[in-house]
Amino acid sequence: MSRLDLSQKLAILSDAARYDASCASSGTTRRDSRDGKGLGSTEGSGICHAYAPDGRCISLLKILMTNFCIYDCAYCVNRVSSNVQRARFSPDEVVQLTIEFYRRNYIEGLFLSSGIIQSPDKTMDDMLRIAKRLREVENFRGYIHLKTIPDAAPELIEEAGLYADRLSINVELPTDQSVKAYAPEKNPATIRKAMGDVKSRKDVASERSYTGKRGKRFVPAGQSTQMIVGADGSTDATILGQSTMLYGDYKLKRVYYSAFSPIPDATAKLPLIKPPLAREHRLYQADWLLRFYGFGVDEITAARPDGNLDLDIDPKLAWALQNRALFPVDVNRASKEMLLRVPGFGTRTVGRILSTRRHRRLRYDDLLRMGASLKKAQAFIVAQDWTPGGLTDSADLRARFAPPPEQLSLF
Amino acid sequence: MYTVPLPRIGTDIAWRDAAKRLIGAGVSPEDILWDFDNEMGELFAIDTPLPPVTRRIKAPQSFVEMANWVVWHKDPQRFARLYAMLWRLRHQPGLMQDRADADLAKLRQMEKGVHRCKHKMKAFVRFRDLRQGGARRSFAAWFEPTHHTVEPTAPFFARRFADMDWMIATPDVTAQFIDGNLTFHPGQPKPDLPEDATEALWGTYFCNIFNPARLKVSAMTSEMPRKYWKNLPEAQHIHDLIAGAEAKVQQMRDAAPTLPPERVAKIKRQLRGRD
Repeated sequence: MSRLDLSQKLAILSDAARYDASCASSGTTRRDSRDGKGLGSTEGSGICHAYAPDGRCISLLKILMTNFCIYDCAYCVNRVSSNVQRARFSPDEVVQLTIEFYRRNYIEGLFLSSGIIQSPDKTMDDMLRIAKRLREVENFRGYIHLKTIPDAAPELIEEAGLYADRLSINVELPTDQSVKAYAPEKNPATIRKAMGDVKSRKDVASERSYTGKRGKRFVPAGQSTQMIVGADGSTDATILGQSTMLYGDYKLKRVYYSAFSPIPDATAKLPLIKPPLAREHRLYQADWLLRFYGFGVDEITAARPDGNLDLDIDPKLAWALQNRALFPVDVNRASKEMLLRVPGFGTRTVGRILSTRRHRRLRYDDLLRMGASLKKAQAFIVAQDWTPGGLTDSADLRARFAPPPEQLSLF
Repeated sequence: MYTVPLPRIGTDIAWRDAAKRLIGAGVSPEDILWDFDNEMGELFAIDTPLPPVTRRIKAPQSFVEMANWVVWHKDPQRFARLYAMLWRLRHQPGLMQDRADADLAKLRQMEKGVHRCKHKMKAFVRFRDLRQGGARRSFAAWFEPTHHTVEPTAPFFARRFADMDWMIATPDVTAQFIDGNLTFHPGQPKPDLPEDATEALWGTYFCNIFNPARLKVSAMTSEMPRKYWKNLPEAQHIHDLIAGAEAKVQQMRDAAPTLPPERVAKIKRQLRGRD
């Protein structure tokens, strides 16, 4: 094999990294380099520096340290049995790419992941050294996200948390059974243990000792994970149940859903499908309803007997259509909890309704100015000059929102 | 009648100072002409000195924060709209919480426009290495903002890129950061910046992080509108990426499964041996 230059390595190792959905760079501590001794800043909300034609935000330099891997996960482009071209960055190359991209304002920082080489410990240790060098030699104060190798020694993961803003470990698939079937070398229990270790270490760091001192900063932006959707037969109810457990038990900041997407040199074990993007989108909407709108998994997935979300309409609307007896809701009287359940009202709109209600009775046009989507909301609300009449209970209400049937195309 | 000249650099402070004096003297909105950067010319230059500062003027904090954004909007009516709101606030102190008021809704919309422009500037400025040698590295960028956002956004770049010198040139205002000092200068035409080899690497990254199986062009353009593309080095690849996406995916689908490479058997044996 001829030696690859930096550009060729970058092509191979970013190609290999694009199946990781996360590119978030928000929610960490505020830092800057005003002292003139370092480079970079983080100020709460992250920045998307570019968007690729897949509509995804490019915030971080998202690369693999190497795509050599000794594991054989069926869904993964880098599995040992694949014939994709392999490459490996030297630590210096990763550091230089990160710093030079950062100085030109292309990125917020680095998201480093890796195939497993030699052993989990060796891989984690190499990644750790890159993060350490960025922080301690280059005085880099931008964002670092490290993909944790679940089988690596806990001490290594703990040290990684001192340099990284975020750690993530992918649960990969929604059920233990699927992980065993498609990622034979991975162990769901080990993955959960590693997430649990990060959580308890973070809890310790945020406590004050008896002297009132805080522990060392440890993954200030928390941990996240990713689940592949559509590779196995799991229903949306199973997936969302898993997410609820992850948010609750491991205090994850985010669960990412990644529609199973065609990879080069796929295995016969897992035939390629058209990525279920609509399903992925509905799962994210449902995820939001669980976290910010007070919904329970059972409520969201009750609309259909098969345990999957309705792909034609959003989950909140689907829920409202099933529970029409609770509507219409009077925007001038209803509780915050109930307003949050109105289709077409977001958390911001609800906040504005509550603050403006103290000054006047709300009319239809007022709601428009506050950013409500009345096309959806109008059937479910009463305002000063608006009642939906028979609309709320009309038989064709769903048809107003669902897209017209589309001619099927061959795939 | 007052004509209030407002400079292009330092607009926020000048507007606030004038507004305080005028509201303190009870000057009604119809009696004020706001002249941004001498755009009115000599015709309206009435040299009535502004009233002196008489008393402390109180305005809701939420108004002050909103005004600090809105002054940078490109709408010529921005100063008059802000002053009219300040005028109404004298007798309606709760007005800022009324999200249904039409005047406030317009100002909030303008505020949002400036917010977005500032955010896009943080995202889309692209520096080029000037390769000048010396103790500090120097970079420069050309950017075309929608509103007058260079001044309120430059401190962000100063906090982030404090260990290097940089310049962001725009047609509106140019920001310079040399040896830790941030200064503002009049706008300028697009400067000739030297080629920077790292741009090609960035282009390589952009092309390869893109997943052709998930083409969603409108999701891209809603966040990265075409008007910014001409100053983004990576944008030159967009057309080809979109055009070739379907063929690439078809290729993946058509490819017959291959036999695993020879090393696999050995690696698997080793893995089993470890357990």
